[in-house]
Amino acid sequence: MQQILNFLIRHKTFLVFLLLLSLSLFLTIQSHSYQKSKFINSANIITGGVYGITNNISVYIDLKSENEILLEENTRLKSVLYNTNQENLTDLYRHATDANQRYKITPAKVIKNSYSSTNNYLLINKGQRDSIAQDFGVISSKGIIGIIDNTSNKYARIMSVLNTNIRVNAKLKKTDHFGSLRWNTESPEFVQLIDIPIQAPVKIGDTIVTGGRSTIFPKNIPIGKVDSFKIDDTENSYEVNIKLFNDMTNIGHVYVIKNLDANEISTLNNLDE
Amino acid sequence: MNNVVSQNIIRFVLLILLQSIVLNAINFLGYINPYIYVLFIILFPIKNNRLLFIFLSFLLGLTIDLFIDSGGIHAAACVTIAYIRPVVLKFVFGMVYEHQTIKFSATEFGQRLTYFSVLIFVHHLILFSLEIFNSSKIILIFKKSLFSSIFTIILCLLITILFSRKKR
Repeated sequence: MQQILNFLIRHKTFLVFLLLLSLSLFLTIQSHSYQKSKFINSANIITGGVYGITNNISVYIDLKSENEILLEENTRLKSVLYNTNQENLTDLYRHATDANQRYKITPAKVIKNSYSSTNNYLLINKGQRDSIAQDFGVISSKGIIGIIDNTSNKYARIMSVLNTNIRVNAKLKKTDHFGSLRWNTESPEFVQLIDIPIQAPVKIGDTIVTGGRSTIFPKNIPIGKVDSFKIDDTENSYEVNIKLFNDMTNIGHVYVIKNLDANEISTLNNLDE
Repeated sequence: MNNVVSQNIIRFVLLILLQSIVLNAINFLGYINPYIYVLFIILFPIKNNRLLFIFLSFLLGLTIDLFIDSGGIHAAACVTIAYIRPVVLKFVFGMVYEHQTIKFSATEFGQRLTYFSVLIFVHHLILFSLEIFNSSKIILIFKKSLFSSIFTIILCLLITILFSRKKR
């Protein structure tokens, strides 16, 4: 017993070092797996507060370009609205205020963005008190941004599409061939779509949209366009390189999408298993 | 004594804020970011309680991890360089370290450069190995750690020169 105690006291520095190192390795490994990174994330009062304050200052620099983006979106929506028939217009309004609507949209502001590491996250200034929870989709006016993966009372963390853990169901816009969206960490401008069946008529310049097979994103939200594609190692599917519509290095305002039917759909799916 | 403690507390907080607000947004050439906060570990007083020192380094790394959502990679890198620091000090400064009489502001530039470079490179290597965590991308790991290290070393040296008090 005496010897064990002596050993512990003699090597206490090394033991503390080992303990702390294994603790940090444990946290690292946890952060590599989706939905397990619960402890260490920036959606808390201290870091969220600091980012909130700095964002309040830096937001003035981007005001002009943000305004242009909003104006562009407004123009597009207006042109859709005025080019529909008048009879359909009332229909459209009715849908927007329908009690049976399927999606609830919340606007939010990005207060921290990253795109240079292998697992990138964004932080927004809306959280649980704005009824935002895990697994809500996040889009901007140009296309998808990511999925909410952690929330605190006032802030929420988004797993960006530039994250090796992300999996988004996506498809070709003109046909219904779908695949899975990944990121190979090489460039913040491109993401990869894998498992597109070889029968699909993929062409350079084709638009890729979300597939709507998961409960996270609605159908037909734009993602990007095909930049290049090749047949993968299994030789029965394509690997498509997609140029994102969004400039992930410059994101201001985003919309959080809540699928109001998500619970119902997932209970149904669970019944199946 | 109190002076040293408060100086280190202020340095701790300032470096974390500087790192998380300003430096993580640099992204020079797309991926090169300096990690200046290791300056806290580098300049920590030589005469110290090693347990406390290692624990503080862990805390420093963990706070940075909190800010940039990186799991525990900064904590792991910081703990490691805090643990190997005495070895590096002995290797670089030799006899002076044995007598525990180093003042960083009074050391030769060459020695200081080696000391900074060794610690910073080890830190960045661990950091990027853990971040990328893929043996098939070993070239990328080395590339990232080399370029970021150079950036960090230059900035660290500049900061120490700027903020050193000339009492000699």
